[in-house]
Amino acid sequence: MGLLSKKDSKLISDPLLDNNPITIQVLGICSALAITAELQASIVMSISVLFVLGVGNVVISLMRNIIPSKIRIIVQLVVVAALVIIVDQVLKAYAYELSKTLSVFVGLIITNCIIMGRFEAFALGNGPWRSFLDGIGNAAGYGFILILVGFFRELLGSGTLLGYAVLGDPIEKTGLYAIGYENNGFMLLSPMALIVVGLIIWVQRSRNKALIED
Amino acid sequence: MSLKSKLHDLKEKYKGKKMAPAFNALHTFLYLPNEVTHNGTHIKAADDLKRTMNTVIMALVPCLIFGMYNAGYQHYLAQGMIESANGFLGASFWTIDNLLIGAWTILPLVAVSYGVGLAVEFLFAVIKGHEVEEGYLVTGMLVPLIVPVDIPLWMLAVAVIFGVVIGKEVFGGTGMNILNPALTIRAFLFFAYPTWMSGDKVWVHGAVERDQMIAAGQSNLDAISGETILGSYAQNSTVAYDYWDMFWGLIPGSVGETSKFLIIIGALFLIFTKIGSWRIMLSTVVGALVMGLIFNGVVDAGIITDSSKFYGLMSVPFWQHLIIGSILFGAVFMATDPVTASQTNKGKWIYGFLIGFISIMIRVFNPAYPEGVFLAILLMNVFAPTIDHYVVQGNVKKRMKRLKVKAA
Repeated sequence: MGLLSKKDSKLISDPLLDNNPITIQVLGICSALAITAELQASIVMSISVLFVLGVGNVVISLMRNIIPSKIRIIVQLVVVAALVIIVDQVLKAYAYELSKTLSVFVGLIITNCIIMGRFEAFALGNGPWRSFLDGIGNAAGYGFILILVGFFRELLGSGTLLGYAVLGDPIEKTGLYAIGYENNGFMLLSPMALIVVGLIIWVQRSRNKALIED
Repeated sequence: MSLKSKLHDLKEKYKGKKMAPAFNALHTFLYLPNEVTHNGTHIKAADDLKRTMNTVIMALVPCLIFGMYNAGYQHYLAQGMIESANGFLGASFWTIDNLLIGAWTILPLVAVSYGVGLAVEFLFAVIKGHEVEEGYLVTGMLVPLIVPVDIPLWMLAVAVIFGVVIGKEVFGGTGMNILNPALTIRAFLFFAYPTWMSGDKVWVHGAVERDQMIAAGQSNLDAISGETILGSYAQNSTVAYDYWDMFWGLIPGSVGETSKFLIIIGALFLIFTKIGSWRIMLSTVVGALVMGLIFNGVVDAGIITDSSKFYGLMSVPFWQHLIIGSILFGAVFMATDPVTASQTNKGKWIYGFLIGFISIMIRVFNPAYPEGVFLAILLMNVFAPTIDHYVVQGNVKKRMKRLKVKAA
């Protein structure tokens, strides 16, 4: 990569795989369970977090020398809250139906541990450009897992992807349904999201033994 | 050279190879190999894991065979082709026609359950390089007994893979699982494919098919209704079966759970061979009776009247809860699973009592499905280690006190 130095590009690639916020650090699980029943919701959620974390990290990084450390959590909360409100308003204006599906979970981005975690652990001690990359990288790692889980849950649970019936029509019995296939209702319940995340963690750790901790 | 020593040579050949666990499992399944331990003190006991498992299977076989006859019987009875049998030895029950159609639908369930489950077990043993554990032998027999007859085979296969991998292998295999694998499989089916697991169409062989034919316009056929007794009570409608039918098991239901008579015989066999814990069985029954009595009391006190949707199930006489639904099957074959149950004697009483108690509670209050035995057992499986912990701590405390008294 010519654009980024090796150290900088690691900021993006690490959280995608070997230091993934969901599967390795096990943060942000709550939203991963709640909104991944549909692929579209997962994608929108990922983009929202990408925006909040990318911009938030830059803002915090710019202010890092003027924030008194005693009240830094409050300052961080104000920054996240402001960004989340922007996201929420944009969704309500341009994707009202979707914002109803996501309901409180957009607001709950404020409490997403990944965001506060990156502010605390990275943006407070690094420059804006590196903080930006770190924010993008972590949000992308989060989004990657969210979209993966959303893909499987929507495909197996409803037989659709982004609302399109890819496996045929379950009522008219076309496509796969003609030979007796049925949607797995369990996939739409949150326990199955937990199990799918668990399976992803399992696959990842058995491919890379260095990640296994005792 | 005898077959035994030939197999032994073969085993030597496989030693250390990837296939060794798979071969060893088959090798020691039905006979004792010619091997002896060479050093150290050891105790030889006849009831190893395989013997234990086989004993439970023997207790289950009557239920399975009865289930086959019953599947055929319910099928023909619902179509109006035979008379009601009037009792356990009724002439229209033990017919070859009933057995044939029952075997035709139920043996594939058994085959899929064992085939898929053992394939997963072998796969894990080969990957992990440990011996194939026998845990699946009983699970594989239990699974076809606790599902509706007409469940599609691929659904069963998916559920078995899920149950064995998520319910057992991720925890470390046989003996390490928190949840009963057979019930995990049933829970998966229940939540994943509810239309095949509940309602009044799934309990009688052919009813779903008939329904589809009627929907397709062949209106000269009558729909088959195979409502279970619990289903009828839940809808406050009258029940078409008398108490003896329920006790002998001539009623629709999951394959193996209908005959309370044969379950009790299986229970006596398990208690006699000391495989199953009589404490758990007894306390489960007591728990169910107590909850039933409480509900009866509520109805008698006039708090719940017949306008309530719970009235039907609440007003069932308390003892009758034992002969409807699958509470007895759960108590005898599921709750007593030595891995997932409480280990301490006192713990077993608490564990069993709560299973019975919660089963009847869920049975009455569950709006989606009038049965709760499997949910109650899974719930208590999770709590079993906690119960044991407090029982052991209680013991420790008692002895500490005694020690202090002595010292003083």
